[in-house]
Amino acid sequence: MLRFITRRVLVGVVTLIAISIIVFGLFFAVPSSPAKVMCGKNCDAASIAAVETRLGLRDPIAEQYTSFMKGIFVGRTYAEGTAFEQRCDAPCLGFSFRNNEAVTSILGRTVPVTISIVFGAAILWLLIGVSLGMISALRRGTLFDKVAIGISLTGASMQVFFFGLILLYVLVYTSGILPFPSYTPFTDNPAKWAQGLILPWITLGFLNSAIYARLSRAQMLETLSEDYVRTARAKGLPLRRVYTKHALRAAITPIVTIAGLDIGASLGGTFITETIFGLRGLGKETVEAVSFLNLPIVVATVLLAAVFIVVANLIVDVLYAVIDPRVRLS
Amino acid sequence: MTAPASAPKSPETTDTGAYLRVSDLRVQFPTEDGVVKAVDGVSFSVERGQTLGIVGESGSGKSVTSLTIMGLHNTKRARISGEILVGGRNVVGMSEEQTRRLRGRDMSMIFQDPLSALHPYYKVGAQIAEAFKVHHPNASKSEAKKRAIDMLGRVGIPQPARRADSYPHEFSGGMRQRAMIAMALVNDPDLLIADEPTTALDVTVQAQILDLLEDLQREFNSAIIMITHDLGVVAQVADDVLVMYGGRAVEFGSVEQVMRRPQHPYTWGLLASVPSLHGDAEADLVPIKGNPPSLINLPTGCAFHPRCRYAGRNGERSFTDVPELHQVKERGHLVACHLSEADRTKFYAEDIAPSAGVAQ
Repeated sequence: MLRFITRRVLVGVVTLIAISIIVFGLFFAVPSSPAKVMCGKNCDAASIAAVETRLGLRDPIAEQYTSFMKGIFVGRTYAEGTAFEQRCDAPCLGFSFRNNEAVTSILGRTVPVTISIVFGAAILWLLIGVSLGMISALRRGTLFDKVAIGISLTGASMQVFFFGLILLYVLVYTSGILPFPSYTPFTDNPAKWAQGLILPWITLGFLNSAIYARLSRAQMLETLSEDYVRTARAKGLPLRRVYTKHALRAAITPIVTIAGLDIGASLGGTFITETIFGLRGLGKETVEAVSFLNLPIVVATVLLAAVFIVVANLIVDVLYAVIDPRVRLS
Repeated sequence: MTAPASAPKSPETTDTGAYLRVSDLRVQFPTEDGVVKAVDGVSFSVERGQTLGIVGESGSGKSVTSLTIMGLHNTKRARISGEILVGGRNVVGMSEEQTRRLRGRDMSMIFQDPLSALHPYYKVGAQIAEAFKVHHPNASKSEAKKRAIDMLGRVGIPQPARRADSYPHEFSGGMRQRAMIAMALVNDPDLLIADEPTTALDVTVQAQILDLLEDLQREFNSAIIMITHDLGVVAQVADDVLVMYGGRAVEFGSVEQVMRRPQHPYTWGLLASVPSLHGDAEADLVPIKGNPPSLINLPTGCAFHPRCRYAGRNGERSFTDVPELHQVKERGHLVACHLSEADRTKFYAEDIAPSAGVAQ
């Protein structure tokens, strides 16, 4: 088991290094020079050159990459020995082109918002989706099954902005049951934190639960026709135990994979949800940075999203091995 | 063990000693395409310590019969009539909870593919212990585990205490089937149904498993139903043989009668499609032409007539009348065929015996 985990971690690290190289290439792939963007419209060649020197853009590419990576792990100093000298402590991801704010502090502000939205919603969609799907599978063909499938089809075919706006209209503007969503750090006031995020949770949670309901229903039905489920019944186990101990554990395995990847991907930003509910999360920050060619932020968010996915993958792999002993072999 | 109880004209219909008695069992599944008559009026009985072999192609109804005895089919979708007495209790119409109490304790089952029949996520010992514990709620965890290890040892698994902590995928095919057998016998059941227990195994392992079953049968004195399409298996382990075709019994007798003096052209076909060790090495196997019939739309008359080279030798009855099981000259040997006994003996001696496999 330890060897299995070590190997997975190593693969994850290699993946991240590869991604960091590609992401770093973004600096050079964009049509406009970062120095021009930073300097603004009315810049002469001399000041552009000055900016380039300050940012180290004139160094060889390999050297730029090493100082970028060095910045992340030990910190770096921009334009050392000049009037513009600027210290950037580890983990250094550079400074925003727009207001010179450290990228790390921008992330520190926006990432908790996205994490709060995603984890709350994920708990909802897993709870609702998986239990609906499992019950549907066990009561296949009944009214419950048909209604659940109908609801999940509706959910799966709806869009976040549509459903989210309806919820906003009904629960906030018309009835005033809920306040307009806002973000309060959990550490400041947990009740307010939950109250401010409940709408995005419901929106994302309901829509995603649709997919999970369908998936778990299909998985459970498949598992119920497995030979080992028949064996469990042939042993004389009560049906409840056959379902919970023998069928559920096998049916849940693929759901763990998809949930891990979904959560990992969502942590990279839930732009539409954040926009509808006016929450300044990672998704919104990224999209803005892209439209302003604010490269340090773009690079940082893309890298962070990659980290989330790689880590989610790693967790999924480990969970998989915990659930299924056959995985530990390979 | 005797002839099927409800067989017409059968002189032996009363054997009160039989542990399992199936009478006129019918199992039908209504589907969108029509009613599937999976089992259509089958009767047989098995005593403790005896083995009944049920032979037939896929779709002949043999597996449905066994699942029905165990109550493992979908009760909501299947229409079942007739009587299945397990130790005197009729399981037809029993509630799920009542059959559950019998399953694994009074009757148990082993399946064709032990890899898919064992749960891949649980240790072998734990799966056996679970089977013990469900019928012995007062047994402690360690008692159940001890019992599981004991059973693993009895089915011939070396170092059972260590192997109990292995997962099914760490076992070889033969070991897995041994573990399945250990699980099926952990509660000392009176009836064991083995549904093609050797089909998925290597030939060399097949004989070991069959030997093991015979040894354990002597030890536990259980009644065994051996479901198979392999006549070699039947010849080795069965006391009696029931040949099924299209959901009906077409021939029944002792293993000696059915293998040496088979009466039904379908049985002949089965025998002729098995290679013989003693016959002519150059002789080709003779397959039964055609395919097993659709159970929704069975051929009229004798269901076997489209594939039978002797159909119509006795007037038009093959095409119009469903043949009932009737006694042949030999006591206890039943056949459902319209041919006269003289014809059957003649055709068998001339066409089949020279090339048939197992029995020769």
